This record gives sequence, structure tokens and C-alpha cells, in this order.
Amino acid sequence: MKQGKNTFILSFLVAPVLLYLVFVIVPYLGSMIFAFTRWKGLSANIRFNGINNFIKLWDDENFWNALSHNAIAVVLLPIVTISIALVFAFWFTQGVRGSRFFRIAFFFPQVMSVVIIAVLWSFIYNPQFGVLNGIIKLLGIKAWESFPWLGDSATIFWCILVVVVWQSIGFYMVLFIAGMMGIPTEYYEAAKLDGASLPVVFFQVTIPLLWETVRTGLVFIAIAAMDLYAMVMVITSGRIAATSRAADVLSTYIYETAFENGDFSYGIAMAVVMMFIILGLSFFTLTSTRKEVLEY
Amino acid sequence: MFSKGFSFAKVIIYIVLLFWSVTVVMPMLWALMSSLKSDQEIFFSPWGLPAQLLWDNFSRAWVKAQLGQFMFNTFAVMLPSLFLTLLLSAMVAYVLARYSFRGKSVIFYLFLSGMMFPMFLALVPLYFVTDYLGLRNTYFGLSLVYVAFSLPFTIFFLVGFFKTLPKELSEAATIDGASHFQIFFDVMLPLAKPGLISAGIFNFLGQWNQFILPTVLMTNEGLPEGQSRYLLSQGLYFLQAKQGYESDLSGMFAAVVIVTIPALLIYIIFQDRIEAGLTVGAVKG
Repeated sequence: MKQGKNTFILSFLVAPVLLYLVFVIVPYLGSMIFAFTRWKGLSANIRFNGINNFIKLWDDENFWNALSHNAIAVVLLPIVTISIALVFAFWFTQGVRGSRFFRIAFFFPQVMSVVIIAVLWSFIYNPQFGVLNGIIKLLGIKAWESFPWLGDSATIFWCILVVVVWQSIGFYMVLFIAGMMGIPTEYYEAAKLDGASLPVVFFQVTIPLLWETVRTGLVFIAIAAMDLYAMVMVITSGRIAATSRAADVLSTYIYETAFENGDFSYGIAMAVVMMFIILGLSFFTLTSTRKEVLEY
Repeated sequence: MFSKGFSFAKVIIYIVLLFWSVTVVMPMLWALMSSLKSDQEIFFSPWGLPAQLLWDNFSRAWVKAQLGQFMFNTFAVMLPSLFLTLLLSAMVAYVLARYSFRGKSVIFYLFLSGMMFPMFLALVPLYFVTDYLGLRNTYFGLSLVYVAFSLPFTIFFLVGFFKTLPKELSEAATIDGASHFQIFFDVMLPLAKPGLISAGIFNFLGQWNQFILPTVLMTNEGLPEGQSRYLLSQGLYFLQAKQGYESDLSGMFAAVVIVTIPALLIYIIFQDRIEAGLTVGAVKG
């Protein structure tokens, strides 16, 4: 039986571990090495390059420009999305009538593919036939009725952030609803006996008891804010440079550098920086939001 | 908690909720309406109903814009990848949850580490690894890559699940002379069905949304004119980018509708399961 057990364990692990090593671990480790090389084009001509890629990054305006957009997203998306999602979740768990319909509607963008959402919203923002300018026209605001939302470098990235919020609310709302359902009703009943108003219940009962779930949500969305590749690529139809890089994020710049310009090692170096930022962000979010956990 | 009857706060709440509903529902209705119009109508009477229903937009999107082909490609990649993701994850998760063996913690941390890094870090070497193995631009190659990247999360979710299953059942089966394999396939796997369904939904949505992996690993190079290996997400992006010089707006709206409607139907039918599947593992307890 002992012999049988080891054969069994080995036979169950070998295929998945192999697959995982080849397609995930080897590429990750490979990148850690290639970031310190000079490797352009499809030639096998790879040379050690020390930290030169990172020095070049430091002086690369486009890199800082892309990173600044990620920074805006990392600060704003968690605040806006988590706040709205928390409020919606609170209303729906406190017995707002029709909450089932609202829940289904609000969550739906989450099951549409990101690409579809980006295509749809690029139409909504379209200066000639888009719904947004259609509404502006109905409201009679002449100055704005043919404003090119995605064609103007001052508005394009904000327009994208709106779409990301629109899409993500549902996920965090459902996440928080699930968490709120786990809070024992005694807490609410006690608050009610004390005559607490809804806002007081929200800030003093729900939020503290839900804190662990809120932290999870904050990490999720901070990581998502560092990506944004599909959304930015599709909503701009890939014409990022055309709008003076006003919507460029780290991921799109990495893709452009590595796969369009063939500067592999430089793109990889950027991805390494991206990795450290994400690790740092997760660490920072988790430590700065640590509180004494309330057990219930 | 909400008191019955009328209050000012309640009015505000409903105004906010209705506003948000409109922002979700209106774009869909607008897309649906536009998908049956002509390009001229879309441009010049954005609020008007279509003069006549142009179903031809849909057949153009399906055939000429190759949406049907993209759909086929997507399923050719995702059916094997979903099956293998669930099977292989269940195998690893079961072994990790139920057996102790040397090197167990190494396996555990190996899979854990994969969840911490951004996929962008792996892309360039991944391109060359799949190329070297002759798996680039193949359905099955992309399936395998999807599986590999789906393993960590799915394994950790299922480990938790297998741990909750009663030990007595497998012990009883052992006494009856069942082998380790029989216990897994005949006893544990059927018991794990609810967990597998949740993990399946989670992975379906994740892989369906995947955009960067196919963009890098699935190109049309070497294909004769008119054929395509693109998956749905890529194909739509390709059509979208093409709008700049070869415009078929009504067809594009039809494409959006074609891709959205199955998602909408599946979502309405499996709403609870999907919500549970998506937020699984993120909530305490």
C-alpha cells in the first residue's frame, strides 16, 4: 500500500507540475535573467547588459508617462469603486425594494468580456453618433455636443477610468454583499435598539465587521489598476501614440516595446519594475489597512 | 433596517439606483437598436428606431467579419483548457489536501508563487517557449498555456474544498479494497462537484476574458488570406481597429450584440452560481 501511495502521488503531480514549470515558472525566471541583457529583434544575439536597461528606464519619458497613468488609476480606482460598491452592497443587504433587479443589472458588466465593453464604450464616446454626445445635445449644451472624448488627450484617460469603474462595481458589490450576509443580525438589532441611523450603522457596524473583505477588495483592484491592458488597447483601437500617449499605461508600453519594436530585454526590464510595484502595492495595502480583526 | 413609508433619504437612494441602472441598461439597448439600423441611420438619427430591421447586419458580422470563425476558435481553445484545468487542479489539490509526502511544501509554494507575479513578466519568454515547442499558433498550445496559468488559483480553491470532505468515506472505500485512483475518481471527484462547478465558472469567465495571451501567442502569420486563428476577444479588437479605414458600423454593433446575448442568457440562468463562483475564495469563511 505504501508503494502504491507514492506511485499515486507522483502520477497525479507529474503532468500539472511539468506544465506549470514549462509555461509559468521558466518564463518568469527567464525574464529575471533577460532583464539584465541586451536582446533586440529575433536574432539569437543576446549580451549581458548589467543594469543598463534600468538606467535607460529612468530617463525614459514614455515610461514615466505610462506609469503616471497607472498611478492615477491606483489611487482613484480603489477609492471610487470600493466606496460605491460598499454603499450599494449595504443598501441591498438592508432591504431596499427591487434589490434583486438592481443586483443583476449592476453585476452584468462583469460577465461581458472586457473587449466587448471597450468596443461598446468607444461607440458611446464617439463624437458623431455616440450616446454621450447625444445626451449632451438633448440637454442643449452646444459647446460640448461634438466633443471627441477619446480623441482629446485631456479627457481620454479619464473616460477610460469611468468605464473601468462602471465595469468593476458589480464584482466588488457582490463580494461585499457576500461578506455582509455573514455578519450576524444581532449586531444590527443591537444598533437598532440604540436608535442608530443608517449612516451610523454603515460606518460603525458594517465597515468594521467587513474590514477583512474590504482589504481583499483593495488589493484586487490595486493590482487590476496596474494592468488595464485590454481596456486601454481596445478603447483606443490601439492608436495610443496618436493621442500623444495620453492613455498609455505600463502594460501597453511594455507590449509596444517588446512585441512591436522587438526590444525584448527592455520590455522585460519594465515588466520586472511592474512586478516590484505590484508586490510593493499589495504589501503596502495590506500593512497600511491592518486593524485588529473583529471576530464574529 | 429600512423603515417602511416615505423618506427623503429613500428618494435619493432610488434616484441613484435608477441612474446606475440606466447607465448599465441603456448602452445595451442602444447597441441592440443600432445593430438593426443602417450606417446612415446610426449617424444621423441616433435616437430613432430603425426604419426597417436590417437582419443582414448580423449575417455580415457572422460570416464576412468572421465572428463565427472567432467563436469556433475560442471554443476549440477553451473546451480542452477548461477540462484540463479542472482535472489537473483537482488532482493536485486532492493530493495536497489528503496526503502527506516529502516535498509537499515545495509543491505548495511553487504554485503559490505563480499567483504573485503579473502575467506581463512572463510574456516574452513564453512566446519563445511555445515557439520552440511548436505550440505557437495552435489551439492546443494556447489551451495548455491557459491551463498552466489557471492552475494556481484553481488548486488553492479546491484544496480548501477537498479538506472539507469527510474522511470516513475514503477510509471506508480503502477497507473495501479500492485503490487510491478508484477512491479519487469514484468517490472524491463526484463529491467535489459543487466546488468544481464554482471553479469552472470562475475559469470560464477568466479564460473568456483573456486578451493578452492570445494576442501574443495566436497570430495569423502563414495563414492563407481570409482565414483566421483569432479568438473572439482578439477578433473583436481586430474589427474595431479596422473601423478606422474600412467602416461597417452596423455590422460592428451586430457583433457586439451577438457576443453579448449568450453571456446575458447564461448569466440570467446561472446568476447565483456565477456570483458565487466569481467571488469564491475572496470572502472570509
